[in-house]
Amino acid sequence: MIVLGIESSCDETGIALYDSEKGLLAHTLHSQIELHAQYGGVVPELASRDHIHRAIPLIEEVLQQARIKKSDIGGVAYTAGPGLIGALLVGASIGRSIAYGLGIPSVEVHHMEGHLLAPMLEERQPEFPFVALLVSGGHTMLVDVEGVGEYKILGESLDDAAGEAFDKTAKMLGLGYPGGPILAQAAEAGDPHIYKFPRPMTNRPGLDFSFSGLKTFSLNTWNKSNKSEQDRANVARAFQDAVVDTLAIKCKRAMEQTGHNTLVLAGGVSANQGLRQKLAQTAEQQEFKLFYPRPEFCTDNGAMIAYTGYLRLHSDNNSGLDFNARPRWNIEQNR
Amino acid sequence: MKLIAVETATEACSAALLMDGEVTERFEIAPRQHTQLILPMVDQLLSDAGLKPTDLDGLAFGRGPGAFTGVRIATGVIQGLAFAADLPVAPISTLAAMAYGEYKKREQSNILTAIDARMGEIYWAGYQFSDTGEMRELIAEQVVPAIEAPLPESNKWLGVGSGFQSDGEILAERLSDLLIGTDAALLPRAADIAMLAAPVIEKGEGVSAANALPIYLRDQVVHKS
Repeated sequence: MIVLGIESSCDETGIALYDSEKGLLAHTLHSQIELHAQYGGVVPELASRDHIHRAIPLIEEVLQQARIKKSDIGGVAYTAGPGLIGALLVGASIGRSIAYGLGIPSVEVHHMEGHLLAPMLEERQPEFPFVALLVSGGHTMLVDVEGVGEYKILGESLDDAAGEAFDKTAKMLGLGYPGGPILAQAAEAGDPHIYKFPRPMTNRPGLDFSFSGLKTFSLNTWNKSNKSEQDRANVARAFQDAVVDTLAIKCKRAMEQTGHNTLVLAGGVSANQGLRQKLAQTAEQQEFKLFYPRPEFCTDNGAMIAYTGYLRLHSDNNSGLDFNARPRWNIEQNR
Repeated sequence: MKLIAVETATEACSAALLMDGEVTERFEIAPRQHTQLILPMVDQLLSDAGLKPTDLDGLAFGRGPGAFTGVRIATGVIQGLAFAADLPVAPISTLAAMAYGEYKKREQSNILTAIDARMGEIYWAGYQFSDTGEMRELIAEQVVPAIEAPLPESNKWLGVGSGFQSDGEILAERLSDLLIGTDAALLPRAADIAMLAAPVIEKGEGVSAANALPIYLRDQVVHKS
């Protein structure tokens, strides 16, 4: 069966075709980064307006790439949440009505489930059960994954998501938008021994995170410095090291707590090289296996939605003709 | 000639089937329930008539102005259907559909339309119908504060739409005796979208799914701090 996947939960329109026999047939993406850059963050109404312009042309593009006809599509999967409600509704309305028009089933996909299953699109795939660290601009969470639809949140951010903290800190340092990749680049030139930032919430038990204090700590440090290029790089380095270390400490703790021997890293921040290296080290020391998707499937994409939709179409396809956006959909309720 | 039209730009949600000159409509005032209602309405209309989407000649939707999310629900649904069934689409002005609805009901040839656009503005337009029923947009649709809305210079006019509630006093005072009546409760309906769309589809002027797009009129949506 060929599944059309539609992702429009935030600022990327991602479209893909997944075939249960041949795997991923085609995928394409339009990123709105430039659209939102001048505002220093995603403007929800502008995101929705762009999605509705892009979705159909991108769907036509993947059909061409895969050299299939629309009548070859056997199911439609769209991201129903969590995310921006207006943006989600674009994918939901288009996805549901394509399925209706073609007379095929459709299914609502949980965005974070898509992320944590994204490594399954690679040749080397993790086996259940595993622990997933989901880190993006909107989320930071550790999830115990026993199987498809069997999720338990082990810990999550009490305030800013890791990616959000990257973005805000980059903005304070005058580094531009989106902050994550730019800050990571700046950090490369930074001296790791100049500043030592706290590792928030690591000195107490539990797997929750808090990153907003680090942001303030970075600002104070920056303001007390001479604000040279090197100072900027040093602060960026100290900030990134603190985030990466904190994530690694909690991952190690989650592995011990669950007794699983596989860690999956997913979400936009999982493209961060510093994080990957650190977790690779931790994995080696602690003797667990580490998996992550290719960089283009770390950030939002249609491929993970098409794949998750394929897994889900058997069990819970949406037989009603209504469609929904679930901006605050909890992954534990997605069984 | 068979076409399906939908309209979701206001608190009203409706779908209509135009088949050989006859319109059947489903209409409900249901704020925030458009995503639950619109496709079931379309499906009911089609199945009652024994039709499949691919039996249609075209599609139509209220392309705004109106509530942004509402306008996009109609747009998304019609884009998806048009893509799936390979149908041409007629995007129809929500304000024009209101004017047409009132014209049919009262046989009054001059109609001013106003939808409350919030933030101190209204979506505003003026339409004139000829003896043969041809519609002309006399005042171009725009988003504007009621106090600055361009007015007709002569003739007698009917005012319709929620803008005659939100800014009723300002408009009544400015229009003075040009205004002979108002119906602020009038809502846009898919049946009127369908009637205005029929000639567009008939003449082969429908657009593809990718080009079936909303018109918001309000383009300043970011408030820079």
